[in-house]
Amino acid sequence: MQTVKMVITGPFSSGKTEFIKSISEIEVVSTESPIAKDSPEAMEKANTTVAMDFGRITVDDDLVLYLFGTPGQRRFDFMWEILAEGMLGFVVMVDSSKPETFREARSILETFRAYAPTPYVVAANKQDHEDAWKPEDLRIALRIEDENVKLLSCVAKNKESVKEVLLELLYSILEEMDAPK
Amino acid sequence: MALKGNLAVFTTTQLLNLINLSKKSGVLTIYEGHKTGKKLIMGDGLTQIDEVAPGKEVANLNFQQGMLVFAQMNGKDGHLASILQRAGKLNEDQARTIREKAAALNDKGLALRLINANYVTKNDIVRSIQKHAVSIVFDLMTWKQEPFEFKENVAPPDSHILVPIDLKNVIIEGTRIITEQKHLEEEIENLDFALKFPENPGEKFKNVQLGTNEWRVVGFINGKNTIRQIGKACNMTDTEIRRIVYGLLQAGLVQMIRPQSAEQPKRGTDLKRQQPANTRIERDVIQRLIVKIKNT
Repeated sequence: MQTVKMVITGPFSSGKTEFIKSISEIEVVSTESPIAKDSPEAMEKANTTVAMDFGRITVDDDLVLYLFGTPGQRRFDFMWEILAEGMLGFVVMVDSSKPETFREARSILETFRAYAPTPYVVAANKQDHEDAWKPEDLRIALRIEDENVKLLSCVAKNKESVKEVLLELLYSILEEMDAPK
Repeated sequence: MALKGNLAVFTTTQLLNLINLSKKSGVLTIYEGHKTGKKLIMGDGLTQIDEVAPGKEVANLNFQQGMLVFAQMNGKDGHLASILQRAGKLNEDQARTIREKAAALNDKGLALRLINANYVTKNDIVRSIQKHAVSIVFDLMTWKQEPFEFKENVAPPDSHILVPIDLKNVIIEGTRIITEQKHLEEEIENLDFALKFPENPGEKFKNVQLGTNEWRVVGFINGKNTIRQIGKACNMTDTEIRRIVYGLLQAGLVQMIRPQSAEQPKRGTDLKRQQPANTRIERDVIQRLIVKIKNT
């Protein structure tokens, strides 16, 4: 049986776990740890991923896609390279309503591009939030000057939206396969 | 969908760059910041800054098609007579008299009167308003934590005189006053990136006023020389080269690219460049994945 993997990365609280939960056929294997109640992070969410999230999509008896979500907090970034090894491509999740995370998103994007020159897309998550920045504004804020890099509107809790992002990543992978070497 | 944020995490320079590059029209409002007592968590999940809630409006900047056309700020008298006085076109007595006698006139009406009475020329008015608007932007560039909101497609009031100002020069000039090394290091983390010109550089550089140091840097941009190498060639410190590159980047005049030989970011463990996984993957696999996800 062949297994392939994609990595879902992005800053703290950008929606990576939610993204995988929306599409995975199994209960997501999550290494979430409760955030200390007196910590300011606890106001954002109750748990945070400390090692990885793991989801699965079985195509048929011979092919399985694994989705790995990276931990968002920088102190767990030693996991990133391990998770990136052999990936088909990656999705960078960005919380469109939190400009305070954009710089980190840009840094993570650059780091993953350095791990492997695989195709990637950027998902402008939480587009249903009233304070969400539009994808075209995010493109400038994240300094994604290459028009070939897809920056997609996303709502990670919506399965159709997640499917759309993964499909666009797969189309990018196909395009790269077809591109003259 | 308004563009909201805080100057602590998205600076005035970055905002101007965004408005300039996307040719936005609308009004940017900066508010007085009140600390809420809560903390805002940055994207690394570790760094925290004070959360600041918007108070009263302190500045408004209007834009049309990415150009600054009008600016006002609390504490900076925006009456046309005062603007002309600060620019040296009217003396104190003239300005006071005009303010008293023409109190009922709006800026456009007053400008016509002053031109007809040969107090000033149209050019004097345009240049004085330009100077006033740019000085407001420079002040804003030193602000560190105020909340902001950009509302698209809000037109400035009819009574104001609109003077279009190309933001590229304002950004370049404004970055010369940035003194915060930390901010520059965060913005340009890796000096081993190269710089290249965007498409249509001729168009982008038209009417741009670069200083000697900026031109020296521009002369070394070829898509291969790293920022570190350019800094060395120009005999600049890391902070100096970062400041200039930051200005050029924000003005949309250059782009950062990863050169083939660039060191990889010092993040995580020892990084080894991997072969792209998909060279080993058959096209058929991707097509099967596409079909599966479509039908999920």
